[in-house]
Amino acid sequence: MPRLNYKIGNLDFGQEIELKQGLDIKGGLQVVLSADMKDLSPADRTSALESLKNVIGRRVDLFGVSESGIKTAVSGSDYRLILELPGVTDSEQALALIGQTAQMAFALPIYTPGKTASESATLTGFDPTDLTGADLQRATVTFESQDRSPAVSLTFKDSGKTKFAKLTKENIGKPIAILLDGYPLTMPTVQAEIIDGNAIITGQFTTDEAKALSVQLNAGALPVPVSILSQKNIPATLGADSIKKSITAGAIGLSMVIFFMIAYYGKMGVIASIGLVLYGLFTLALYKLIPVVLSLPGIAGFLLSVGMAVDSNILVFERYKEEIRAGRDWRVGLELAFGRAWDSIKDANTATIITGLILFNPLEWSFLNTSGSVRGFALTLILGIFISLFTGIVVTRNLLRLFFKGKSASSLRGGTPTRQSI
Amino acid sequence: MKHLSLYFLISALVIVPGIYSLVRFGLKPSIEFTGGSRFTLVSVKSSASDTLQSFKDYAPVLESVDNSSITIKSKEISQESVQKILDSIKKYNPDVKLTNFETIGPALGQETIKKTTNALIIASILLLSYISFAFKQFKYGLCAVLAMFHDTLVLLGSFSLLGHFMGVEVDLLFVTAVLTILSFSVHDTIVVYDRIRELSHKHKNIDYISLVNQAVTETMTRSLNNSLTIIFMLFAMFLIGGETTKYFSLALLIGTITGTYSSTFTAAPLLIVWDKYFGHKK
Repeated sequence: MPRLNYKIGNLDFGQEIELKQGLDIKGGLQVVLSADMKDLSPADRTSALESLKNVIGRRVDLFGVSESGIKTAVSGSDYRLILELPGVTDSEQALALIGQTAQMAFALPIYTPGKTASESATLTGFDPTDLTGADLQRATVTFESQDRSPAVSLTFKDSGKTKFAKLTKENIGKPIAILLDGYPLTMPTVQAEIIDGNAIITGQFTTDEAKALSVQLNAGALPVPVSILSQKNIPATLGADSIKKSITAGAIGLSMVIFFMIAYYGKMGVIASIGLVLYGLFTLALYKLIPVVLSLPGIAGFLLSVGMAVDSNILVFERYKEEIRAGRDWRVGLELAFGRAWDSIKDANTATIITGLILFNPLEWSFLNTSGSVRGFALTLILGIFISLFTGIVVTRNLLRLFFKGKSASSLRGGTPTRQSI
Repeated sequence: MKHLSLYFLISALVIVPGIYSLVRFGLKPSIEFTGGSRFTLVSVKSSASDTLQSFKDYAPVLESVDNSSITIKSKEISQESVQKILDSIKKYNPDVKLTNFETIGPALGQETIKKTTNALIIASILLLSYISFAFKQFKYGLCAVLAMFHDTLVLLGSFSLLGHFMGVEVDLLFVTAVLTILSFSVHDTIVVYDRIRELSHKHKNIDYISLVNQAVTETMTRSLNNSLTIIFMLFAMFLIGGETTKYFSLALLIGTITGTYSSTFTAAPLLIVWDKYFGHKK
């Protein structure tokens, strides 16, 4: 996106105004993954999805993609992950890595002793054992009998009992790492040989931490395979081209609107145009603050709202003309026009906001759309309405009060021009 | 409001062909609704039909050809499979590359249709109740929503015709456009109704038809001017805006024009018709 360059005097605002760009502008990869949960009990599914999100999030981090996003979505009995990877071009490689089913393994940590005696040993790697997630029956949260502190209990399958017994026997007093996807979940130290396949991991857990660990362990015991539900590769050039065109289109449209307003409403039109430019600046500032991710439909929503922003001005100006025709002084006419136009402005904009909210779906109701592009459009439209109400009513009104001088009522009727002072 | 039947006739002239086309040809749904894949290949040396032939297992449809790049729409296919097929035609097309790839599962498409319908129903009900409440009479809500359906039909009809004759597809952005037009249509109608409401407080003895007449005349300039500013914006976006939003802008443009027409020449006359048949007999 070409940076917007504003220079007022010696001040360069160009640095500040760089908006967050959506995937359709920046280019990249969007994937919707479906998690196959049929082997899991319904109660565990939501937490399994969370754990999956963590696992895949870590994989995404491996790409070093900035501003990547992962969202979970549940639709009926479908559990989904929506991934956005801006800038990723080799989608095949990315998908091969992301789409893998997470594997859990028990491993022995490898420590490399420090170079000097005072330096402590550092963890440099893991030595995998033959015990894997497939050997684990399940993990649950328990509470210690002595002090009721939370802990996680592990139950191994028959296949795992002997392996685990051997592992614990050989490593008494040493730590064993439980790796999910190569990343250590926990590294408890073995206290004694465990032959019955029932172990308890204790530590300074809070109940939530113990719960989270058990969820991750269970996810490793029963891996959730994922499949690609939808995929979209967007080349960056397409976005750059589109945005350039949209900005040109917006600039041309905007100048036509300003030209029209000034040609039709004269001095009032000039003030309305100032209001419109302010509207544009406020909007950009808000996009930056919130921040609004700028996508192509979002830009369309913004441009549409520019067209709508002048509506309140037009309503007021037409009202003003009527009041003048009715023989009122321009000052009175102006105030009356703002007051009377408000009723229709209020009702009309409420209707637009209602539709905007249905499109934006703020509460993420699953029976309404959750598509990013539609919501981007709705968000810019809703913001546009609120800002335009502010600039169209408050700002323009005060500008008019300050700078506008209409003809007095008597001179309009063609009588002797007598300026009234109020 | 002398020419009530003329106004309705004009609407009918636009809507009837659209409805005919809707029933006969329907809309042309994009893969967002049907599920499927779309991909672009660059540096293709073979002819378009030969390239299509290599994807024959996936019901390929040629979407566009531009110099050496080809865009193909097909049944759902994985990127891996596309890559495999490309490898198999490497002999004739040494530099062939996949640039744009998009695939959507059929379940997702069904879901989108359902959610869109939900949004339309909810929007209609909410707008109906809001207008009935704001104007304290059910007829205003009903007539505004009828005018809104009028605009929706015009828009759907136009895109059905565009789809049939020019292959324009209906996608998620189109749905957004439809919903935006719903609100625009109502937005415009409310301004006219507001004037009727105000005039009816001012002149208690005037008959309803003259009242509506006066309101329409008084709001006409505003309606036209406002629509003009929006049309300027949309027209610029349609002509020079990016390819992605081209038909989105067109949909909004058609909707804005019919929305402006309908607020004056459909929503207001409907009130008179309603008043004639169901109004209080004096």
